[in-house]
Amino acid sequence: MFETAESVASSDGELYLKAFRFMLLARGLDDKMASLYRGGKIHGGVFLGRGQEAVSVALGIALKKGDVFAPLIRDGAGRLAFGEPILDWIRTYLGSALGPMRGRDGNVHRGRPREGLLPMISHLGAMISVVNGTLIGRRFKGVKGMVGAACLGEGGTSTGAFHEALNQAAVEKLPLVLVVTNNQYAYSTPTERQFACRNLADKAIGYGVAAHTVDGTDLEACLKVIGHAVDQARAGHGPQLVVANLLRLCGHGEHDDASYVDPKLKKGPVGRDCLKVAEEHLLQQGWADAVAIETMTQEKTRKIEDAVAIVQREASPDPYKEIWCALSCRHLSEGFDNI
Amino acid sequence: MDAPISEDAIVGAAIGAAIEGMRPIVEMQFADFSTPGFNQIINHAATLYWRTQVPCPITIRLPSGGTSGSGPFHSQSMEAIYAHYPGLIVMTPATVEDAYSMLLEAVAIDDPVIFCEHKYLYYHLKADKLPTEAMPVGKARIARAGRDLTIVAYSAMVHEALAVAEELAGEGTEIEVVDLRSIKPLDTDTVMASVARTGRLLCVGEAWPWGGVTAEVIARVATEGFGLLDAPPQRLNAKDTPIPYHPNLWTAHRPTARSIAAAARNLLRM
Repeated sequence: MFETAESVASSDGELYLKAFRFMLLARGLDDKMASLYRGGKIHGGVFLGRGQEAVSVALGIALKKGDVFAPLIRDGAGRLAFGEPILDWIRTYLGSALGPMRGRDGNVHRGRPREGLLPMISHLGAMISVVNGTLIGRRFKGVKGMVGAACLGEGGTSTGAFHEALNQAAVEKLPLVLVVTNNQYAYSTPTERQFACRNLADKAIGYGVAAHTVDGTDLEACLKVIGHAVDQARAGHGPQLVVANLLRLCGHGEHDDASYVDPKLKKGPVGRDCLKVAEEHLLQQGWADAVAIETMTQEKTRKIEDAVAIVQREASPDPYKEIWCALSCRHLSEGFDNI
Repeated sequence: MDAPISEDAIVGAAIGAAIEGMRPIVEMQFADFSTPGFNQIINHAATLYWRTQVPCPITIRLPSGGTSGSGPFHSQSMEAIYAHYPGLIVMTPATVEDAYSMLLEAVAIDDPVIFCEHKYLYYHLKADKLPTEAMPVGKARIARAGRDLTIVAYSAMVHEALAVAEELAGEGTEIEVVDLRSIKPLDTDTVMASVARTGRLLCVGEAWPWGGVTAEVIARVATEGFGLLDAPPQRLNAKDTPIPYHPNLWTAHRPTARSIAAAARNLLRM
């Protein structure tokens, strides 16, 4: 399935431009999902990655085919960079029977476990130990040089699952990269009600793992810091915790107007829109001009509109054709559907 | 692998390894300690195949049930809680032979298996030799044939039921004992056939009474085989309190041959 990510850009400019394209596409898909949601075309929630694209893409782009990636709800850009087809994204949101989840799960709960893209469950922190398990499994098989990456928000660091999994990764010396994006709010809970340490990265000390901090609004810094963390894990230096600071530039979901967000944060350095920052940087560095950016924007829009048009013609899941059995060993099913 | 005391992460890692094609076996020290790993079991392992069509072949061993002096946190029987969730298989062997063959089968099955092994099997039972053949999973066993009353039991309670059958045989009553072997899938056919022969049903479980295996068996027999019953179906479970430490209290807390015999005699009079 994965036709994109992998190749390593030959220069900083190329890598930056490549990352920017994924960010642009992710933002465009987010906007499209939000608009379909408002038009009543999407069942359930819509969760955007607005403001978090730089962090997410920097991780996705640093991973290679054969790595394992467990994105969280705001990692559309990282998913695209890792190679998730945009059809998977749209099909899961629109509930197409042809999507990877076939209407059984929706929105951000999508993935292809056999291809290293793990579909998240809603319980925060739960994916980290599963990534650990894939790394342990591969170690048993003698596979070397791979990395497993998981994403979390600052709220998720309060879970027992986070603690257990990070400690487990440290004890097993696994090549895990855990990216914690501190977007200042866990739904509506601010950071001062979430943790009392000075810097979330300090938590790494307690587990004996390496820590990195990065300005999540700055794509260049994200590519550098997260890329370095992934390299370190791949080189056998054990788990890496990256803490990225930024502001969520949307509600928790599209049902949330985020009226509780402190206006001071919006005006402060964390409130910068990473996409705008990246665009300005591209122009400043001369890696792209206004015409090139306009062309990229048009390409992105066409790609999205074409894909949505395809998916909107696809069949929805049919309850009468559904196999109502949760087991792969169907002969061991209770057959409650007949009751 | 020795692991940090992190049941959530242990089960999570087993799920990840299973995705990579391994067949991990997780050993909880006691069934009671599976609760910190509950989230990964019921929300992750049990949903993975349904959501992604990638099977999750993990086996989770739960040393289950009470032993004298073990108290509230080392004595629980958690099979019914896990059986409640779609996507899990729950095995409850009563004999050493079944524990052996069913554990092998659990590892071979492509779905998550909750393997409830009663500590009674460790301490009180022996097998002369390893079994060379076994009944398939999902098939209950007639542990003792009879025509007057059916006792449906599983795990260690099978042995209490067999002791009652032996005792009442001396009084001229023939009790049929059905060993469920696995509670999910539950072999309704074998239970129903037994009730068809005896007309009387007593379900015995060491777990707590609310909901659970005994309630499920009675619900099935009442809905699908009401006409087979000559008397109201009965059940016997542990008392609805945490499991007590002191042997005097513990013996009264869970069903034993004595209380099962009393319930059986009562049912025979109905």
